[in-house]
Amino acid sequence: MSIWVNQNTRLMVQGITGSAGAFHAEQMLDYGTKLVAGVTPGKQGQKFLDRVPVFHSVKAATRETKANASVIYVPAAFAADAILEAVNAELDLVVCITEGIPVLDMVKVKRAMAGSKTRLIGPNCPGIITPDECKIGIMPGSIHKKGHVGVVSRSGTLTYEAVYQLTQLGLGQSTCVGIGGDPVNGTNFVDVLKAFHEDPDTHGVVMIGEIGGTAEEEAAEFVRAHMKKPVVGFIAGSTAPEGRRMGHAGAVISGGQGTAKDKIQAFKKAGIAIAPTPAEIGVTYREHSRK
Amino acid sequence: MKIHEYQAKELLRQYQVPTLQGILCSSRDQVIQAAETLGYPCVLKAQIHAGGRGKGGGVKLAKTKDEAEKLGEALLGMQLVTPQTGPEGQKVHALWVEQGCAISKEYYVGLVLDRARGQICFMASTEGGMEIEEVAKHHPEKILKEWADPAIGFMPYQARNLAYGLGLEDTVSKKLVPVLLALYQAYVHLDAALLEINPLVLTAQNNWIALDAKIDFDDNALFRQKRVMEMHDPTQEDPRELAAQHHGLSYIALDGNIGCMVNGAGLAMATMDIIKHVGGEPANFLDVGGGATQQKVTEALKIILQDKAVKAVLINVFGGIAKCDVIASGVVGAVKELGLHVPLIVRLEGTHVEAGKEILKKSGLAIIPADDLLDGAKKAVQAARSV
Repeated sequence: MSIWVNQNTRLMVQGITGSAGAFHAEQMLDYGTKLVAGVTPGKQGQKFLDRVPVFHSVKAATRETKANASVIYVPAAFAADAILEAVNAELDLVVCITEGIPVLDMVKVKRAMAGSKTRLIGPNCPGIITPDECKIGIMPGSIHKKGHVGVVSRSGTLTYEAVYQLTQLGLGQSTCVGIGGDPVNGTNFVDVLKAFHEDPDTHGVVMIGEIGGTAEEEAAEFVRAHMKKPVVGFIAGSTAPEGRRMGHAGAVISGGQGTAKDKIQAFKKAGIAIAPTPAEIGVTYREHSRK
Repeated sequence: MKIHEYQAKELLRQYQVPTLQGILCSSRDQVIQAAETLGYPCVLKAQIHAGGRGKGGGVKLAKTKDEAEKLGEALLGMQLVTPQTGPEGQKVHALWVEQGCAISKEYYVGLVLDRARGQICFMASTEGGMEIEEVAKHHPEKILKEWADPAIGFMPYQARNLAYGLGLEDTVSKKLVPVLLALYQAYVHLDAALLEINPLVLTAQNNWIALDAKIDFDDNALFRQKRVMEMHDPTQEDPRELAAQHHGLSYIALDGNIGCMVNGAGLAMATMDIIKHVGGEPANFLDVGGGATQQKVTEALKIILQDKAVKAVLINVFGGIAKCDVIASGVVGAVKELGLHVPLIVRLEGTHVEAGKEILKKSGLAIIPADDLLDGAKKAVQAARSV
């Protein structure tokens, strides 16, 4: 088992004819993801790599191919529209890779999605992968290994670092979810933790946060109140100065809030084992999960 | 993106937010002329992209022509140091000379994104003129909050809740409501990330005036805010950060001596953290992004090496989409072009790592390879110490 995506997930790519969309669509096909459709308005009737049909709209793609998930690679200015098109087609899952979406667009998207059945992961995220079954996003598939550690993170390459360390130690992953580095996103830490908590195949969790906002504090509270499985955490940005946006739109300490210190303290209080450095995430998990 | 107070007021006036008349001046003569036009007393306000200007001595009252002349002379061109600028301060290139006004009471209003709710939070407080972070820390009950539903916007009843919550009399309360609604409109239309009026004052004549104005903008939305973008003042920014932006790099200068180049923001922060953990100090944050090309790597290395404080450079790349061989070629090319006067430690992992390591080895350059993140950080700290 795993969470949210598996060998039965039927994926479409919104923006499949763009350079990023095309490149990653091919990577996902190579990994074995069931990529059944592409969407680019104006290009219906084309075939991507001579095998994946392209449609004008998400609705058409869903109707013709029974796709139930989508991944979005369209430019930032059009991403909110693309997300809501997928929501309107009642897909189960939408993963938005696009970086740089105006935050007020995401505020509207979040409001419009209230009560819908669709789960949004991202935006500005690496995606979600259940090793050996389904890869949706931009992460390098080769570093993953099937197993029982759930990984959730706000970062991209730092997640690869953590996954790589786990795999090197022989610790495979059930599902890895990148929730993204934006201040307003679809799926938060608590949503993922709940799913890992309920997934019998996930035996423990690695959670990677960073400065900015209070999502890690809320996650810590959930862990404290509900989780019996071992959880290991790391917070990036202990050395970040206040008031500066550290690359990710959401990674900023403002008004003394969102510091790494506060988050690490919240993690510790919840019984989450802290990796002292980003190089020790794997070994910290190995030690903590043996206890 | 940040703008100056006078620019924020110019924008807010278009939304019918009441402000005082003022004139922008960049020379002493202009200051004298402006003061004569506006009458006395008038206020000279240094225009820099940092708060706490009053505390730093950047806001002065002139009661006579003589005072206006002397103050204008003193303020223009000074390095203004405020609690928010850092010790080196920021150079004052312009003054905003504004009419004086008789203040009855000062208030605070501000709008900011509430990340947890995904909604805009409208705050108001009777503690105007104070640092709002301090009020929030010590007297959170003195900050009133209303959240705007993104689907319908900020409603008049919410503005009334704030106005009555401030304990205002009916007549001034009624006058405040349209001002608050206008501020919300401005925030949304302009894709602001923060809008603060501190203080918002009630004058002796019972009128509302935005005495100060601060607006920060969402960088991601600037593509559709052409007017705002034209207000960008590059003199207020670190030239290295501007150069980085120009090349699509995310760079922030810090105080240490170990230059860092990393792909991905989270890993870049984590790399800074581990340098500190093993006893070093990072000289910068630098994210070359996912699609790092040879050219980007060269530009990034140029910016890092321009920092005279840098005693060693650590490149940490986890190839996902970015391929290690491409990065390695970029590094070799950059070093050949720029020369190398400090130790360079390179840690590569992920996609095409073997090919990448091979390129570095074959280059014959004095590049120090690192096995992993910890090894790289240790080697960088050691190298910086021995220089």
